[in-house]
Amino acid sequence: FSLCLYLISPLVPEMATQEVQLNETLSHLKTESDTLKTKLEEERAKLHDVELHQVAEKVDGLGQFVMKTRRTLKGHGNKVLCMDWCKDKRRIVSSSQDGKVIVWDAFTTNKEHAVTMPCTWVMACAYAPSGCAVACGGLDNKCSVYPLSLDKNENLAAKKKSVAMHTNYLSACSFTNSDMQILTSSGDGTCALWDVESGQLLQSFHGHAADVLCLDLAPSETGNTFVSGGCDKKANVWDMRSGQCIQSFETHESDINSVRYYPSGDAFASGSDDATCRLYDLRADREVAIYSKESIIFGVSSVDFSLSGRLLFGGYNDYTINVWDVLKGTRVSILFGHENRVSTLRVSPDGTAFCSGSWDHTLRV
Amino acid sequence: MTINTLAKGGWDREQMACFRKMEKVIVAMQDPDMGMKMRNQRLLITVIPHAMTGVLGELLLWCLTEAVHLSGMLVRYGYIYPLKEPRSLVLRPDESPYRFQTPYFWTSTRWPASELDYAIYLAKKNIRKQGELMEYEKERYSLLHKRINHTWDFVVMQAREQLRASKQRRKADRIVLECQEQAYWLINRPPPGAHNVLDMGLERPNNFSKTVGVFVYDVPSLCICVCMCSFVKYSEQYQNHDPIMQGCLPSNPWISDDTAHWTMSSEIVPTPTRLRVERWSFSFMELLKDIMGMREFMLYLEKEFSAENLCFWQACEDIRHGESSRILEKVEDIYKNFLAPGAARWVNIDSKTMDKTLQGLRHPHRFVMDDAQMHIYFLMKKDSYPRYLKSDLYKNMLAKAIVPQETKKSVFPFMRRQRHSSPSPAQAVIQVTEEDGHAKGAGRAGTNSAAGSHV
Repeated sequence: FSLCLYLISPLVPEMATQEVQLNETLSHLKTESDTLKTKLEEERAKLHDVELHQVAEKVDGLGQFVMKTRRTLKGHGNKVLCMDWCKDKRRIVSSSQDGKVIVWDAFTTNKEHAVTMPCTWVMACAYAPSGCAVACGGLDNKCSVYPLSLDKNENLAAKKKSVAMHTNYLSACSFTNSDMQILTSSGDGTCALWDVESGQLLQSFHGHAADVLCLDLAPSETGNTFVSGGCDKKANVWDMRSGQCIQSFETHESDINSVRYYPSGDAFASGSDDATCRLYDLRADREVAIYSKESIIFGVSSVDFSLSGRLLFGGYNDYTINVWDVLKGTRVSILFGHENRVSTLRVSPDGTAFCSGSWDHTLRV
Repeated sequence: MTINTLAKGGWDREQMACFRKMEKVIVAMQDPDMGMKMRNQRLLITVIPHAMTGVLGELLLWCLTEAVHLSGMLVRYGYIYPLKEPRSLVLRPDESPYRFQTPYFWTSTRWPASELDYAIYLAKKNIRKQGELMEYEKERYSLLHKRINHTWDFVVMQAREQLRASKQRRKADRIVLECQEQAYWLINRPPPGAHNVLDMGLERPNNFSKTVGVFVYDVPSLCICVCMCSFVKYSEQYQNHDPIMQGCLPSNPWISDDTAHWTMSSEIVPTPTRLRVERWSFSFMELLKDIMGMREFMLYLEKEFSAENLCFWQACEDIRHGESSRILEKVEDIYKNFLAPGAARWVNIDSKTMDKTLQGLRHPHRFVMDDAQMHIYFLMKKDSYPRYLKSDLYKNMLAKAIVPQETKKSVFPFMRRQRHSSPSPAQAVIQVTEEDGHAKGAGRAGTNSAAGSHV
């Protein structure tokens, strides 16, 4: 008994005090960071002198929009989680919960390639700019690149190349301007830039306090930044060269599921579980518009702009797609058709259509 | 069919937000003054209080536009349930009676549904009337019996107690309670094949409490007014180019099944469309993004004897986006051709940038040319680009550019065109020859008509 007592008592009292000291420093830092944050908000608020929809008052309103489903792509056996367009404006790649990745010619609705991943929940897929490969990943914590072979007999999985390695699920991936580099985001809270050829990690991006769920590359002239959104309700803008976070926005009340740049690159939109979409201006360094309605209560899973940036399409968890007038802040149209959550949505490269993927196993254009 | 049995802790997150919002709407609907009309409803011979008929009509008055969809969701999630044929949580556009679910059974109050409660519910049904359990319920009942055998006495006892207590109620109340409970279990233990509305996908997040995360950055903030005006301007400028807003000529391929629009807008065409050439004047980036635009610009620069600037820029882009393994060789090439004293195509960079770049060349990396590249980019943007737009070369291009005729709607609107497949980009790349830069682009549909596919 006496032996037990001896073991139980804190063997190293110094460790206990060290721990206390560490906690104190941490909490001190936290209070400091909180004060800085409030100061920043005050400064930002001073520059707020007008709302977007006020400036847009003189702009013509949009008439009734008639948008119909022009193609329905059936073939996935389970929830469609992600999709991406090819630069040729008609082909798409899509991935689903059962591990299948399919390349379609959406115009003819023919399936051109199919790959079965060794994992389920393939949450990310991307088409290479050249149109010759696709990248995908999910619960395997990896991002793999599959060159698209035209030989129907060839097993695509044989040529697979493992590029990215994370310590948790892959939530999103995107090629940069070429087939040679891939940007990824993961449930491990980081984003990373990889060299496809060697699989080497070129840069990693730390700063999110929880899972990173989405990312988008900036269309800017100098092409060096991207934005990411996460479960910590933050949207961060990063410098790809240095790995630094250069801007951060935290106004959402819940997970940010999707981020997309405005076509000019000066702003980006985000969609969140709090049922709102928001527009953030990078030059003004603040949120400039909220797209929401009392009657919209289900979260937004994905957003994208029309070619001119006038329309914002949002896919929602209540199976609908809401179309917003970006300038006026009003909803232009609501599209029904899917029979389960809309999980992914992208406008085609030339803006002639947009594609939505859903948990109802289908994709619609 | 997956059932998420997450601990309540994991669900104290905003995914609950949508349940709470639905519940807020429900409360507002039951407001005595502004809410919906409820009355006693006769069900067979029993009178049920606070029921509603013509729910659809009432809700339309209440919710305006997407009422039907929203109401459908409210029923799907069990906040409103039908009294007749209560097994199906579907909103019917008729006079069938519905009732609001009691807050006791709201999803956010009773999450997650416990196995024990389910066992007691099934036991009650079994005891109350033989043969009342459905097949799948019988299966689950016996599964539960095996799994929580050790507490089975408790389950049966509870079931009997609850049945006894309910027998002492008025018949109306008893029926209501049964319906409420049934609706609750239809949501939380859906029959096989039924839509599981509580499927929330993968669990997240993983919380890392270590980051304190203060970012000190120097972003000069622009006045909001300026930013807002820029959005308005941009949208106006691009409105005619936005096919979803203004349509596209000759027709939108997705609507008309005619790929002419894509053929006319392929990367390389003999004559580009007017809209495309106009876009080159919107911004320098638009010009460079377009292969034909860049080619035209190069022709112009050659006339002005400053083509080396664009070549330099292209070479730098190639380094930035190319393979890591070839960075060294490409950097050396650039130095030899553009930066070395007496180089064949020497570019004019200011001395400060040149020094910095030469320094960086000692340890070349992907971004070593960035400063020089940006300097040349802005040089071209400020100087050569505006002059190009005023030049005859550009003006002629604009004049020659085609404006496609809008395709008249076909005489027989029901006859659908054949949708031809197009060569895959993967195939096209093999045919690229580097010298003359002609690429058999993937946009050339229609030539492949032999492989036309019927849908």
